Amino acid sequence: MGCDGVMLQVENIHVRYGRVEALHGVTLEVREGEIVTLLGANGAGKSTTLNAICGIFKTTEGAIRFRGDNIHTLPAHEIVTRGVAQVPEGRRVFGTLSVRENLNLGAYTCNDNARNQSNLQRVYALFPRLAERAGQLAGTLSGGEQQMLAIGRALMANPKILLLDEPSLGLAPLLVKAIFDTIREINRSGLTVVLVEQNARAALKLAHRGYVMEVGRIVLEDTADQLLANPDVQKAYLGGVR
Amino acid sequence: MDLFLQQLTNGLAVGSIYALIALGYTMVYGVLKLINFAHGDLFAIGAYLGLTLLTTFGLSQYLGPMGVVIVLAVMVMGLVAVVGAVLERVAYRPLRQAHRLSAVVSAMGASIFFQNALMLVYGARYKVYPHDILPKNAVSIMGFEIPLVRLLVLLTSVLMMVALYLFIQKTRIGTAIRAAAIDQRAAKLMGINVDRVIMIVFLIGPALGGVAGLMVGLYYGQINFTMGWMYGLKAFTAAILGGIGNIPGAMVGGLLLGVIEAMGAAYISIAWKDAITFMVLIAILIVRPTGLLGERVADKV
Repeated sequence: MGCDGVMLQVENIHVRYGRVEALHGVTLEVREGEIVTLLGANGAGKSTTLNAICGIFKTTEGAIRFRGDNIHTLPAHEIVTRGVAQVPEGRRVFGTLSVRENLNLGAYTCNDNARNQSNLQRVYALFPRLAERAGQLAGTLSGGEQQMLAIGRALMANPKILLLDEPSLGLAPLLVKAIFDTIREINRSGLTVVLVEQNARAALKLAHRGYVMEVGRIVLEDTADQLLANPDVQKAYLGGVR
Repeated sequence: MDLFLQQLTNGLAVGSIYALIALGYTMVYGVLKLINFAHGDLFAIGAYLGLTLLTTFGLSQYLGPMGVVIVLAVMVMGLVAVVGAVLERVAYRPLRQAHRLSAVVSAMGASIFFQNALMLVYGARYKVYPHDILPKNAVSIMGFEIPLVRLLVLLTSVLMMVALYLFIQKTRIGTAIRAAAIDQRAAKLMGINVDRVIMIVFLIGPALGGVAGLMVGLYYGQINFTMGWMYGLKAFTAAILGGIGNIPGAMVGGLLLGVIEAMGAAYISIAWKDAITFMVLIAILIVRPTGLLGERVADKV
């Protein structure tokens, strides 16, 4: 654990796709127990940042430290073992596997059967719908149910930090509210959360702090309340109305 | 009726060999979306290694026929699995980030390399398996005489396919293989070491292909360094027939193709045997490119 409770430190990272640089030096930090949101337009580099943290994309410069250790040099599967779980954009559940198999895969890195069992019960308590559909193929679930499954699957890994990429994408407003309530509940139970969202207003209401990204850079960092009140943010991301 | 049953059992035996080879194609395609064109040659290597082990160690002096076959099968599987893993490491892994076509070209190169290596080591002539390994007698089932070898081939293959199916469906690693075949990035996010999964696939596929080579040696008695080409193509057809990437599909496709071929040889013309196989391939590609069991994906957005 780093000093002053900083759990995740991203320091000046650069990421390239072939010849194009997508991140030009992103720096941010997440403290233990926080919900931090990452806002910005399409293509600003939010998902790329999350995937760099998870080791899916390699950084060409800069460092990522998780609980004091460098993780940007590790392969993706080892970063999961350290306690970083991602709910990817578009959910990416394993469509031809059952709900139960998806959840078991979430716990792929944990060999402790008793713990996996209690995690499974916790996920089922959080999302009773998943328990009802345990034997069904994940591809046959509705969008909202798939999102629940993606979150439940990530929780099965016993993470210390949960990265969520656009969990509200394509969901009906009522479902969005349910998902956001769940994220709050998960955070209150002690899990640190990083939330990437298009729905900036909802994200800022939920988060403690936020970062605003534009074309591969962080352009603004503040508490969620300050960002909600910031006229520039209102104009660009909150539709200009109060 | 006797001809029909003889051809049916013959077709099933040959088909189960196709199925074993087809599994290698389909599993590799599943995780890498690559047709491993060197797979047929791994099968041929299995046939030659079986012959070498059989003749140099003189296993039949110490063991009964069943013992010989089991020991031989285990050794061939192990050795060909190692060749497969080395192939992946040398010819495919360095190209993981490259264009897909690069890996296909690399596979064809590996195929040419293996074929020529076999020719240099063993010579270009046909090689003959010793014919006193397995008993020649036939088993009588409900009045029909079926050669014991044929039953053994069928039984062994089915046993291996059942074992593979259980491994893929029930074990942790099996589930990881299925997950990596569906979505590699999501699999990585689950903490699955995808490189290791690919390595495991390149152990299992070649092991099954190698043992199929051994079976052809024992069943037909004759092997040749180019045999991997024709068997490879037929097994590839079987994999397409069942739906490439689909493991039960490869099993069904193999058995079906074997039976179609045997029936065609018996009732149409033996000269048309290979043509029938490839007509099946063309027909499938036109009518149902996803194969019989392919892509039963129920993806809701």
